[in-house]
Amino acid sequence: MSNNEFNLDQFKATYFEECAELLIDAETRLALLQQHPDAVDVEDLHAIFRVVHSVKGGAGAFSFDQLVGFAHIYETLLDKMRQGTIAITEDLITLLLAANDILTRLIQAAQDGVTLTDSNLLDITNQLKSFAEDGSHKQQEKPAPPSSQEPPQQEEQPAPARKSHYTIRFSPKPQLFQHANEPLLLVREMKQLGELSTTVNTENLPNIRKIEPDIAYFSWIFELVTDRSLADVEEVFEFVTDDCELEITVATPEPASAGLASSDEPPHTQGSTDAPEVPATSPVPEGKAAPLSPPPENIPGPLQPAGAPPTAAKVSSIRVDLDRVDRLVNMVGELVITQAMLKQQVDNLPPEFAQYMSKGFEDLGMHTREIQESVMAVRMQPVKSVFSRIPRLVRELATKLNKQVELVTLGEHTEVDKTVIEQLADPLIHMIRNSLDHGIEENAEARVAVGKPSKATVTLSAEHRSGRIHIIVTDDGRGINRERVRSKAIEKGVISPDSALSDEEIDDLIFSPGFSTADEVTDVSGRGVGMDVVRRNITNLGGRIAVQSIPGQGTKFVMSLPLTLAVLDGMIVSVGREKFVISLTSIIESLRPAIKDLHHLSNGATVVAIRGEYVRLVKLHKLFKITDAEKDPSKALVVIAEIEGGRRVGILVDELLGQQQVVIKSLEENYDPVEGISAATILGNGKVALILDVDGLNTMAKAEINELIQEKQNDYHPISEALPPPLIGTHSIEEQREAEIAECN
Amino acid sequence: MESNSPMVQEKMPVALSSEGIPEVYSGSATAQEQIQFITFTIGKQEYGVDIMSVREIKGWVETTLLPNTPEYMRGVLNLRGVIVPIFDLRCRFGQGQTDATKMHVIVIIAVKSRMVGILVDTVSDILTVPLNDIRAVPRMERLIDEEYLSGLVTINERMVALLNEERLFDTQLIEDGVTAGRALEA
Repeated sequence: MSNNEFNLDQFKATYFEECAELLIDAETRLALLQQHPDAVDVEDLHAIFRVVHSVKGGAGAFSFDQLVGFAHIYETLLDKMRQGTIAITEDLITLLLAANDILTRLIQAAQDGVTLTDSNLLDITNQLKSFAEDGSHKQQEKPAPPSSQEPPQQEEQPAPARKSHYTIRFSPKPQLFQHANEPLLLVREMKQLGELSTTVNTENLPNIRKIEPDIAYFSWIFELVTDRSLADVEEVFEFVTDDCELEITVATPEPASAGLASSDEPPHTQGSTDAPEVPATSPVPEGKAAPLSPPPENIPGPLQPAGAPPTAAKVSSIRVDLDRVDRLVNMVGELVITQAMLKQQVDNLPPEFAQYMSKGFEDLGMHTREIQESVMAVRMQPVKSVFSRIPRLVRELATKLNKQVELVTLGEHTEVDKTVIEQLADPLIHMIRNSLDHGIEENAEARVAVGKPSKATVTLSAEHRSGRIHIIVTDDGRGINRERVRSKAIEKGVISPDSALSDEEIDDLIFSPGFSTADEVTDVSGRGVGMDVVRRNITNLGGRIAVQSIPGQGTKFVMSLPLTLAVLDGMIVSVGREKFVISLTSIIESLRPAIKDLHHLSNGATVVAIRGEYVRLVKLHKLFKITDAEKDPSKALVVIAEIEGGRRVGILVDELLGQQQVVIKSLEENYDPVEGISAATILGNGKVALILDVDGLNTMAKAEINELIQEKQNDYHPISEALPPPLIGTHSIEEQREAEIAECN
Repeated sequence: MESNSPMVQEKMPVALSSEGIPEVYSGSATAQEQIQFITFTIGKQEYGVDIMSVREIKGWVETTLLPNTPEYMRGVLNLRGVIVPIFDLRCRFGQGQTDATKMHVIVIIAVKSRMVGILVDTVSDILTVPLNDIRAVPRMERLIDEEYLSGLVTINERMVALLNEERLFDTQLIEDGVTAGRALEA
């Protein structure tokens, strides 16, 4: 009992997962329709129809009545559109998009176990209904095919009002019942279509002793006289096609009805497995299961347009729990480490032994690397899943802002790790909003006045470049208004009025916290939490974002992200006996400061002067209480790293040990977060090394200074974080340095 | 004493079901429900943990220290690609840090969804104890706050303190536990 419920929940979970995927597909297709409303690909309509139909089917199985009801109405309209009885207009596509939203919400509601009651739902439902009905009227007035460029499809012709005679041979496979299908329901449904007569074939029925209650033994021949189209009849069997042999023969009494195949050709037979290009197959003998099951992707429905380019190759895939993949990734990581360890040991063997082993180890090394790459590839996904959300965002924003915008997406098949994809959506949405709101001119007139096309173009592209993924958002708008950015930055206290900044530096100001040039706060943007959040999110991912702008011509944002969050390019540093990893993306340079460049501030902080700029030192050995580390900065090394907001800190370490790609491991999985540490990794010797969180270290260093100040009860003048002024104490540098070293000890 | 024993009786089955593997117990149960413990020593004291929560026992290896963590937190090690924190049980009970050598043992146990390692001196035994033989921790004798022990068992005149791992390594409670341990010592 409880077991059954458990199973149902599992199915439900699968269903909702599938729904999510299906909806993304529908959304993509709708976006295509929207881009080319005058050249609609019927295949897209078919695909959307199938999505809605699948959603409906599943919803029926779980008795999500509201969802079924809506999906049915939506599906009816789509069906008429794909049959060409309703002309496709932009209004209609907008309605479809709205309907898709409702469908998404209904699925969510079904998942939450609630019923939606708002007016939007009713409104859209009524619109769908009225469109579907209007369409039928129009069809009566002018039955001409729509302005689609598709070759006319014979089977797709609107069914004439004359009655057709269908002969349906329906031979269920034995497992029909096991898949929860019931022939009686099909019979009832067919009866609603027209006059039905039924002949049953019982010859496969075994002796009563051998009867298995859940095996289908009967097959049927139905004679159906109806005015409905072939597609309607096929639809009855839509959910059982995998579990039966189905053969539908059409015989129309009036051979004069042009466009129907039956008069000129042998009766058109459509088996469930028929591909459009393949001529009618010879029917499989009744009562016997076909040796081959239909391909999984084959969804029965109207035929694809003949001569159309073959649709995307069939992808056979399986659903795998991410946990399993992670475990595999873990183990492969271990394999790589073990292999490296073994190799080291073999290298230490006397040459006469080593030579026998080295060949094998070379192969082993190559294979392990390959395994690692393949496993990482399992987690890779095309960025399409994020990009597909953008077209409708652009459409909605463009409507809201009253701008004409065309979105061009490129490289949506570029693959990147799933974890990156998940983190990518928010920054990307922010950037697109920003481009539409700030980048593109207020109205079309302003564009035309400077000789640009009235419709603005926003390009979103993705590409692989040197082991990273670049995501580029370009608009052909007015570019960054540097005068305004500058004055705004001065007004907000981001920069001082007399600071001299290059154009690039001014452009970069838009990433400053609390900066927004929008005069009014709108719900699109202008709260000033936009671009700085984008930059922070991207930095957290180990990426960078840069902006290039040409006034009057447009703005280009380039995001560069690691392909995976599971691996990081790190610099291994030593502090005393401890080894730490610093992300290479945050490192700008490393140097050994000269004594004259080190300045000690009265608040206890140390700064190092680098080419006229002062960078605060973060003393790792102090923060982490490592006793055997080099405490004198002029004998140690300073790694200059970039932190939040583009500021710099110098991390004091003993030595740089080298650069290495490391696999990121969570520390929080089995322990709590540790301040200053972002994650851990495993080095070649199997030992754990900690990955430094540079921003966290900076916060720790600041907190320590504050404590120190409180202890000393000194007068304290806050120092600008961005650019610590060279507040040199009254003592000479040497004295200061000694004091500093004494303090460290 | 009497007021405590029902609490233990209640507590033990709960601890078992949280492991989600009750079949093993029912299989090994005789007339009376029994439970198995792995016991280990710290100095002369003997402690036990539910055998079902033990994942692995391994010799001491160098760990990587985590900065600014309590003294009993002995750093992390790599257990087949998983980063596992190691706690020094002696230190955890406020009796000073263990001077770990190759002869010391790390017992990897699962606590809720986490994996932690505990550093002990030696692993001594596997005990099969009838549930009824588990006694509550007497208030007078306890060295450690009774919260961190789920009971006491006497086997052949040895007393084994059964750890309540869930409370022991609930990091929010750790600080309190150490303070409590130190207070008792003093």
